Amino acid sequence: MTLEIRNLSKQVKGVVHIKETSLKLEPGQFNVLLGQTGAGKTSLIKMMAGLDPIASGQVFLDGQDVTALSTQKRNISLVHQFFVNYPHMSVFDNIASPLRVAGMAKSEIQGRVEEAADILQLRPMLHRRPHELSGGQQQRTALARAIAKESRAVFLDEPLANLDYKLREELRDQLPDLFAGRGAVVVYATSEPEEALMLGGYTALMDDGYVTQFGPTAEIYRAPKDVKSAQVFSDPPINSATVRKSGHSVYMGDVGWDISPDVAKKMADGDYILAVRPNHILPYRTEKAKVSLVGRIAVTELSGSESSAHFDFDDHSWVSLAHGTHPYEIGEDHTFYMEADACLYFTPDGNRIA
Amino acid sequence: MKTQNNRAWFFVLPVLLLVAFNALIPMMTVVNYSVQETFGDNLFFWEGLTWFEQILRSERFHAALGRQFLFTGLILAIEVPLGIIIALSMPRKGFWVPVCLVTMALPMLIPWNVVGAMWNIFTLPDIGLLGYFMNNTLGIEYNMTRSPLAAWITIITMDVWHWTSLVVLLTYAGLVSIPDAYYQAAKIDGASSWSVFRYIQLPKLKQVLTIAILLRFMDSFNIYTEPFVLTGGGPGNSTTLLSIDLVKIALGQFDLGPAAAMSLIYFAITLLVSWLFYTLMTKDDAK
Repeated sequence: MTLEIRNLSKQVKGVVHIKETSLKLEPGQFNVLLGQTGAGKTSLIKMMAGLDPIASGQVFLDGQDVTALSTQKRNISLVHQFFVNYPHMSVFDNIASPLRVAGMAKSEIQGRVEEAADILQLRPMLHRRPHELSGGQQQRTALARAIAKESRAVFLDEPLANLDYKLREELRDQLPDLFAGRGAVVVYATSEPEEALMLGGYTALMDDGYVTQFGPTAEIYRAPKDVKSAQVFSDPPINSATVRKSGHSVYMGDVGWDISPDVAKKMADGDYILAVRPNHILPYRTEKAKVSLVGRIAVTELSGSESSAHFDFDDHSWVSLAHGTHPYEIGEDHTFYMEADACLYFTPDGNRIA
Repeated sequence: MKTQNNRAWFFVLPVLLLVAFNALIPMMTVVNYSVQETFGDNLFFWEGLTWFEQILRSERFHAALGRQFLFTGLILAIEVPLGIIIALSMPRKGFWVPVCLVTMALPMLIPWNVVGAMWNIFTLPDIGLLGYFMNNTLGIEYNMTRSPLAAWITIITMDVWHWTSLVVLLTYAGLVSIPDAYYQAAKIDGASSWSVFRYIQLPKLKQVLTIAILLRFMDSFNIYTEPFVLTGGGPGNSTTLLSIDLVKIALGQFDLGPAAAMSLIYFAITLLVSWLFYTLMTKDDAK
């Protein structure tokens, strides 16, 4: 199975919600749609599912043009952010409902439902009603419905967003295995860059109704095409500032550093946008982190084994993220060290140059 | 010793008074009449259960009760499905929603006796719009003062016109409360519109439909004004429903004892059917 969209766009009362988008999604790995709330992930999914009207473009399932085909006939699954199960049916009937609609034999329904229930550990709850289940179990029921159906495409629209932390981690670990080897194209929408990295596969970055970049997850994390893509795929937010390139060096205010001859060759002298991820700015000097930035610490955060500090430098707010705990004092001047090789450079109109 | 605080009675008193004047006292007057023979000058003679026995054995009562169940049965069988169909085909959003709702509500705002008089004139064979049209233009004989069938068709049509809106409005309210996500889930499952109705809409409508059916049952079972103004129970006794018969006995023949006994039996039947229906419909929810 493949899922392809060509020049898909959506307008509501003349306002463009989704700009013309083309993607070709393959089965066998997760296709993550990553973007902030309001970027258009849900709209795009609904358009691919045939639930929302489209202004232009085509949708292909396995090479077949399904643009004009109703949702009912597309053989797809969709799991929402909030839990949608039929409240008056037992868990068994909920999982079985698409199979019954398809007119499958009773014995086969029984087998498929039980298989899906086993995978998602729902066996003991099969005869309960959805309202008697916890949030995690309700969402697992919705996932089981998608698995039992063996559909051509599975859309997961932030399926873990409403679950508590521990359940989320647990289900997230299971998810890629659940759909592996089933031949369905899996599209997973999330607003968390971390989730995209953990799920691997391919990622499409979305911003303001537009897919800014699509490719293997690790690759687009390492090499964002433009400033927008770099911003979408970074948490905490990526640091950016205006820099001036001259000869073999780059200057930011009165701080300057050398760049490699390869990079220097690509950039004519002039102004550029610099972007650097917070984990490349450290509170201590290392072999790589040598560019010193002295700034006043405004906010500090300690999360697990990482500590982050927000500091002001050259009229910008910067974030540093480092392993271990570091003794920061708010209001104190602290020297941070930036890894010059990890810097990304963009032209003033946002395209990456090096 | 614990001192009792009797102040609570003070707060309950208004309700007690209200219920007493509203229900208990009128009801007990009826009970009082039902077990005695009443003469002028307020002379009463104890009769025990004689009137109840007489009513329960009376063929006239059986006939009226039969007509009443037929009427109510037809009303429910027509108005409930029709109301659901209309509600399903009404728009969910946009300009036409208020237009539909107001149009639907209009018949319910007209007083009962006006409805009866309206339909009476409407169906008159010589001057009524419908009556004249049927008899003189289409050539179909239609005269509800002569034909029992025409009389029945007319009172049923009138009630359907007057009260289907209630079912429509209640059902519509139930329908709009169903979140879009369920419809989407059903679409994804590949469900046909019949499955959507059967497995999503109908279960969600169960509660409002219970109320709608209950209200329509009670109202149509106790109906008086409209058929009285329209047909007066005729031709013959063909549209003499329970309430019309009751008024004939009580105020026409001035048989207060039998009339009181009959109204208590009438009340008991209404209560019993309503209770049975409500218990059956809500049985599953209690589990």
